[in-house]
Amino acid sequence: MIEIDQLQKSYGAVRAVDGIDLRVARGELFAFLGPNGAGKTTTIRILTGLTRIGGGRAAIGGHDITLEPQAAKRQCGLVPQHVNLDSELTVRQNLDIHGRLFGMAPARRRTRTAELLDYVEMADRIDQPVKQLSGGLKRRLMIARALMHEPMLLFLDEPTVGLDPAIRRRIWALIKRVQQDGATIFLTTHYIEEAEFLAGRVAFLDQGRIVALDRPQDLMARLGAWAIDRINGEAMETRYFATREEATSYSASQDCGFTLRRVNLEDAFLSLTGKKVS
Amino acid sequence: MHGFVAIYLREMLILKCRLKRQLAGMAVSPLLYLVTFGYAMGDLIRFGEQSYLHFLLPGLVAMASMTQAFAIATDINVARFYWNIFEEFQAAPIGNLAYVAGETLAGMTRALLGVGVILLLALPFGVVLHYGPLFWLAVLLDCFVFASLAVAMAMLVKSHADQSLLTSFIITPMAFLGGTFFPVDKLPAWVQAALHCLPLTHASNAIRASSLGRPVAGIDYLVLLLVGLAFFWLALHSVNRARD
Repeated sequence: MIEIDQLQKSYGAVRAVDGIDLRVARGELFAFLGPNGAGKTTTIRILTGLTRIGGGRAAIGGHDITLEPQAAKRQCGLVPQHVNLDSELTVRQNLDIHGRLFGMAPARRRTRTAELLDYVEMADRIDQPVKQLSGGLKRRLMIARALMHEPMLLFLDEPTVGLDPAIRRRIWALIKRVQQDGATIFLTTHYIEEAEFLAGRVAFLDQGRIVALDRPQDLMARLGAWAIDRINGEAMETRYFATREEATSYSASQDCGFTLRRVNLEDAFLSLTGKKVS
Repeated sequence: MHGFVAIYLREMLILKCRLKRQLAGMAVSPLLYLVTFGYAMGDLIRFGEQSYLHFLLPGLVAMASMTQAFAIATDINVARFYWNIFEEFQAAPIGNLAYVAGETLAGMTRALLGVGVILLLALPFGVVLHYGPLFWLAVLLDCFVFASLAVAMAMLVKSHADQSLLTSFIITPMAFLGGTFFPVDKLPAWVQAALHCLPLTHASNAIRASSLGRPVAGIDYLVLLLVGLAFFWLALHSVNRARD
């Protein structure tokens, strides 16, 4: 669904995207995980036509984004990081304008609006101005809008940033459902649990480069299954163990406080880059 | 075509939401000009058989067409820099022509509303002019010139503050110097030549001549058309620059 070869983008001397190679298969839920400034959003912006490509090549659904930009855009739905709805217009009007931008026929726009508002459980809000919606509802509406023209591929750029944990989980359930209904999903996040819960494969992005790419469980398994955090002087030290028994026997030999927990993607990212994701 | 309709319709829906505020805003400046320059001072100045109000009204129509058409730049900038709605258009499979044409027509529509407000405000002052086809053609060309310029500038500026500077340095001086409040032909030749470089001067000439029933100069219409097309072309080629 997505083919990227040596993708590059620089802003002055800063290499925001530095030679990314990537393939994302149809139906996959793929996540870019990395700290702010790693190049996640820039990559999505290039793929969706918001930012000019600096070098390399990218294609969506077989359409080169430079040579056939409109055909590539028809394949994509985009949920950007920030809310970019027309706040003065109603929910229905926002969806209708999006449908018109993608050349949908009037009857299809009407039926699709009703379907999608049922899907995101907002049917009762159809004629409400967007400015009256909560942050979570706006995010759900943005997902509905991105799905309006029935794209094969959905880009979600930090889809739950700024939302409280309960609403975040509701959005996760919606994203999972969209994937189960056949869409390919490309997600960026700096929330560890979001990538762990949602993604079939995760790429760690740091300073514009992919430093690791695998299934979340395989990335974590490289370190082990259990981790012990302990304070060593002024620094936090983490040790990894294959089994809980190994971890507990090590902790029994320590004379200071410690925390036993499961290995997570943050550990995997930290071990590869020497820095935390968030 | 679908992209053009979507862009234009969106602007019209927003205009509808703000209509009362917009109409009130459109009425304030012309009303002040009509009262102060036309009504209070008008008796002191006459142009042959005609009162200063008759001279002033076409100038106000030209000025309002310009300022209201150019105001679409502010809406585009707010959508671009504050609400990020411009990204929704960039991610859609529409061409630059659809975007520019939609926004330009939206600017022209808004300007025509402003003209309508002025013509209605003039009625209580007893000023009724000839509103024939040549008058409306001149108004439409004036709107086209400045709506196209607005879209081009909105694409080229890097912040909303830059947009305000353009208004201060281009639109406001032109509003006063473009034959709106005084006859340009009474000025020294070199000043006349300089002021004829301003598209608003040609708009004022064409609107004034057509509305006062005088012979119109084809050159004014031609200049407005050519300048409008040049600005439209500039807008068309500026859209890609709005991307990173």
